[in-house]
Order: sequence, then C-alpha cells, then structure tokens
Amino acid sequence: MLEVEDLTVEVEGKEIVHDISFNVDIGETLVLFGPNGSGKTTLLMAIMGLPRYRVTRGRIVFKGQDITQLPVDERAKMGIGILFQRPPVVRGVKMREIVRACLGGREDGAVIEQLAQKANMVEILDREVNYGFSGGEVKRSELLQLMAQSPEFVLLDEPDSGVDLVNISLVGEMINELLQKDRLRSRTNSGLLITHTGHILDYVDADRACVLLYGGIWCRGNPREILVSIKSHGYEGCAVCQK
Amino acid sequence: MSEITRSKAAREKAEKAREKAAPLGDDIDLDAYSQVAEEHPYQDDPSRLPLETKQRMLETGVVLDDASQRSGTFLQVDHSVVHSKAGQDGLEVMSTVTALEEYPWLKDYWWRAVAVDADKFTAQAELHQTHGYFIRALPGVKAIQPIQACLYLSQHGLAQNVHNLIIAEEGSELHIITGCATAPIEQEGLHIGISEFYVKKGAKLTFTMIHNWAPKMAVRPRSGIIVEEGGVFLSNYICLKPVRTLQMYPTAQCVGENALVRFNSVLVAPPGTIMDVGSRVILAARGSRTEVVARAITTGGTIIARGHLVGQVAPVKGHLECRGLILSEKGSIHAIPELEGLVEGVDLSHEAAVGKIAEEEIEYLMARGLSRDQAIAAIVRGFLSVDIEGLPPQLEAELQRAVELSEKELL
Ligand SMILES: Nc1ncnc2c1ncn2[C@@H]1O[C@H](COP(=O)(O)OP(=O)(O)OP(=O)(O)O)[C@@H](O)[C@H]1O
Ligand SMILES: [Mg+2]
Repeated sequence: MLEVEDLTVEVEGKEIVHDISFNVDIGETLVLFGPNGSGKTTLLMAIMGLPRYRVTRGRIVFKGQDITQLPVDERAKMGIGILFQRPPVVRGVKMREIVRACLGGREDGAVIEQLAQKANMVEILDREVNYGFSGGEVKRSELLQLMAQSPEFVLLDEPDSGVDLVNISLVGEMINELLQKDRLRSRTNSGLLITHTGHILDYVDADRACVLLYGGIWCRGNPREILVSIKSHGYEGCAVCQK
Repeated sequence: MSEITRSKAAREKAEKAREKAAPLGDDIDLDAYSQVAEEHPYQDDPSRLPLETKQRMLETGVVLDDASQRSGTFLQVDHSVVHSKAGQDGLEVMSTVTALEEYPWLKDYWWRAVAVDADKFTAQAELHQTHGYFIRALPGVKAIQPIQACLYLSQHGLAQNVHNLIIAEEGSELHIITGCATAPIEQEGLHIGISEFYVKKGAKLTFTMIHNWAPKMAVRPRSGIIVEEGGVFLSNYICLKPVRTLQMYPTAQCVGENALVRFNSVLVAPPGTIMDVGSRVILAARGSRTEVVARAITTGGTIIARGHLVGQVAPVKGHLECRGLILSEKGSIHAIPELEGLVEGVDLSHEAAVGKIAEEEIEYLMARGLSRDQAIAAIVRGFLSVDIEGLPPQLEAELQRAVELSEKELL
C-alpha cells in the first residue's frame, strides 16, 4: 500500500531523515519507535506532503502511484490521513465545520453528531478548532476528523501521549475503527503509528515495528519485543544492536 | 423644526465649530456637497418601495416585506422620512424632528452624549439637520422583535446630516438594527450621522449597525452612549463594502455602577477604501465592565482599528481585542489599542494580532482534503463570523447573512 524508498527529508535546509526505506502492506499496522528528535514526525509529515518537509532524495509510492510531488490535499483525497502530534489552533473555524469538511463537505448534521458522540466530542463541536483544548481533547479531535475523513492509510503521530487512562481506551477504539481491526480477512486500511510509551499497543494490535534513530531505521521486528527491549536497554541498546 | 426647542447655545457653539477639522480622518470639504434634496413621498406600506431599494436595504438587515419580523421601522431616503412606525405598545419610533416638537424635555438629551462642537461634522448636523430617528422604549417595556432603521442616500452629491436619539428607559429592552446604504450607483455623497444613546438603569440595548456604502462615499458617524447603573449596551458594527473614507470613534460612558458595554466590529476594506474605526469606553463607575472586539480584513484597503479604554475608578474591568488579516499585497491594517488606568485597582488589558493567514493553518486544513482556496475560505469565514454572546438568535442570523453576502464577493 505504501512504499517509501531511499527517502531523505530536509526541514529548513537541514537534513533530518536520511535514506529511509520501508513499506506498509494492505491491512497492516506498522509501529515507529524512536527517541525525541529522531525524525519520526518529520517522516510522517513528509509522507503526508506538508511543504515544509522537503523530500530531497527518494520517493513515496502510494497505491502504486508515485506521490512524492503531489500536494498535501491531493494526498488526502487519495486516502492518506494524519493525526498531528501538535495540530495548530484555527481561530474562528468551528470543529463542526472542519468535521463537515472532512466528510467531503456533505451537510449531514446527523452524521457529524454521531461521529462526535463516538469521540465524546459533542460539546466541543461548536468550539474553535483546537482552541483551548486539553491534551486528550486534541487527540480526540484529531481522531474525530480522521473518522469523518475515513482514510485508507492513517499516519498516527503519538495518539497516546497526554491521554489519561479513561480516554486511552476511547482513543484505542477509534484507531481500531480507522484501521478496521474488527475485520480479519477483508481489512484494507493500513497505518503507521508512533508511540513512545507503547500504551496504545494495549488497545491496538500492530503487526510490525521499527526503530528510528538519528534519522535512519535501525531495527525492525515484532512490536512487543522491540518495546520490551527499549524499555530494558533504552535506545542506546538499539544503537549497538544490529538486528 | 420649531426654533423654540432648539437651544440657542448649541447653535452658537455649532457656528463656531463650522470650520473645525476633526482630529482623525481626512478632512472633507463640506461645500462640495449639496444640502438640498428632492422630496420623497411617504409610504404607508414600506413593501411598496422600489424593488431595487428594498434589495439594498435588505442587505443591511432591513426587512420590508414582513412587518411581523420587526417591532418598528424607520426609513429615511435622503432628507425625507418615507416611513416611520412603531409596532408594539411602549415603543416609540419617529423622526427626531417630530420628537423634539412632541417632547420638549428631549432637549436635555440633545447633544449631551456627543458634543455639538466636536468638529465640523457635528456642527453641520446641528446647523443643517435632516431628520434622523428617535427610538425609545418606555420603562420596563421589552421589544419583542428588533426595531429597524434605514438611512438611505439616493441623490448624487448630497450631504445627509442626521441626528438620531435612542433611549432605553429603566428596565426596558431594545434591539435595534440599523442599515445605512446608498443607491447602487456610482454614488458620491456625504453621510453625517449623530447618534446619542441613553441606556437607563437596568435597561438593555442591543444595537446592530450594518453599513453598505459605495466606493465614492464619505462617512462620518459621531456616536455617544451613556449607560446608567446595571445597564447593558451591546454594539455590533459591520462594514464589509467599499467606502471612500469612513471615520468614527463611538464613545461609551459607563456612569452607573455595574454598567456593561460591548463593542464588536467587523470591517472589510477593499482597494480604495480607508476606514478609521475605533471604540472608546470610559469606565466611570464602580463595577463597570467592557469588552471591545474588532476583526479587520483588508483586501487592498487601509484600516486603522483603534480602541481606547479609560478606567477612572476601581474596580472596573476592560478588555480590548483586535485581530487583523491582510489578504492582499497592497492592504494595510494599523491597530492602535490604548489603555488608560487613572486609579489603582483597574483591570485593563488588550491583545492585538495583525498578519496574513498562518500557512500552518492552511496546510492543516489541506491535510483534511480541502483545497488551498477552500482552506483559506474556511479560515476567512471563521474570522468574519461574529460569535457574540447574548445576541438574540434573530439578530445573529441577520449578522451572519450580511457576512455571508460579502464572503461571496471576497473569496
Ligand atoms: N521547522 C523546523 N526547523 C528546524 N528544525 C526542525 C524543524 N522541525 C523539526 N526540526 C528538527 O528535526 C529533528 C527531528 O524532529 P521531529 O519532530 O521529526 O522528531 P520526533 O522524532 O518526532 O521527536 P518527538 O518524539 O520529540 O516528537 C529535531 O531535531 C527537530 O528540532
Ligand atoms: Mg514527533
């Protein structure tokens, strides 16, 4: 579904991600671990196509099409969605409007309410996007927008950070829905998930994981095993391990 | 007007201020405008007005085809009152000329909230007054529907010098929608509008003004508001259409304890437009509060957005906010917030931000599948949509409609 080949990404003229290659199959969930500043967000933003994250080498192929040069909105229309780690506040624009836009502009009040209910966001629909939102509300707002958008490929940048124990199961449920985890055979949606703590993995099953260190991929394998290893040896352990 | 009711002193002051340039705004040559207007016939049924006129008025929130939507209507075209009617007991709607004749006591309100010799415009309004509306709610009377007033300019090159007087008596509640507009032609003209508002003890006055001028119009409103104990004055000002030059700085005085004043303005300046618009609130009584919010967009014109809060006693509380969006290379926005605390214990603050739309916000919306243009449109629409607490739903709808109409042209 997604192939990343020899990808190099620059931010403000500084190379952050170097020659990364990996792919995510149809229906698969890939976890991305890595310490602060290792380039995880940069990689996701580059896949989404945000202009500040400039691809200087390599390519991104989605559903067989080279999307490396495609603008962000066209990638969204092709079926890529992102949960931002730190989404901006958009003053004046109401949650209700952004959810409606994610639904493709269809004016369906009932659908919006229904989705908001799932995200426990009904009271927040008439607030300005991300304005004064708590940490948990930001995540739920991102997921609400994604559920409305219903992308085939979801980039999830730390959906579990800053989320309390009650909210995390809700966040997990929403991610499972986005990733069609209830389906066994006919699952077509895929995702790339960043987590530091791995808490979300108690709710969402992931298939594979890799570790991003110094802008490159150091390790690939089973998500739980890698998480256990990071927990016991830290990322220094990854740096010396040549698995 | 009978000269007896006119104060001689006011007239003399006006004579002296004839040539007095206003401290703000371009100077205007008053002699360049005609004082003589053709008479327009009175209409018992305002829905009979020409379709085009009605359409222009409708764009300013003035509804003429359904009397049930309004508790009263006042329409003035050039120098003629073409309709004037109150639709509810306890509400009064008439020309101020008539009102001054009917109520000799009104002279105590005349030029009390605005100084007659403030500048040449106030002077001209005294010396050459051409009607204006008198709207009053008797004590304890609550207007069910808004009262609407429209001041319309149709004659080329005319100066309209109106003097409005609004009184919300003790415990009353009034919603007023006023639209000011010009005939949809290459209209040149001058509109001088004096407005004096008196919000008595415990009364609440919501005043929504929509301006639809023309690219060659000069506009000089002069407004003063006096709010007594526990009174509430809410003002919404919307000007989204081109105007050659507009300068106003309405000043509200909270003279009674716990008075509340809110000013919201939404301004859009297309190329060729100069708007110098401010709101001033003088907090002169304990517990009085105010909130002044301005949203300004330039698509090529110049906007000066002023705000001035004065805390004369304590405790008082005031907040000033100005947000400006520059959507064109040529336009400019100059926010000038002023806070003046004269005693210990005042709580005054301001926040101002002027700039273009943040790229990050556009990209965020694009990541949800909106095109760049759609993203910008959504942000601009959000910016313009005035979300005003305590506004009756109908007025809110009215405001929203005015904003939507202009959005179409803007984007
Ligand atoms: N706009 C920018 N300008 C300069 N440097 C940037 C910019 N954006 C990111 N960087 C740098 O790129 C590096 C990688 O950042 P990135 O956000 O991708 O890390 P991350 O792995 O997501 O970290 P975290 O776990 O803290 O979210 C960091 O050193 C960061 O400071
Ligand atoms: Mg990150």
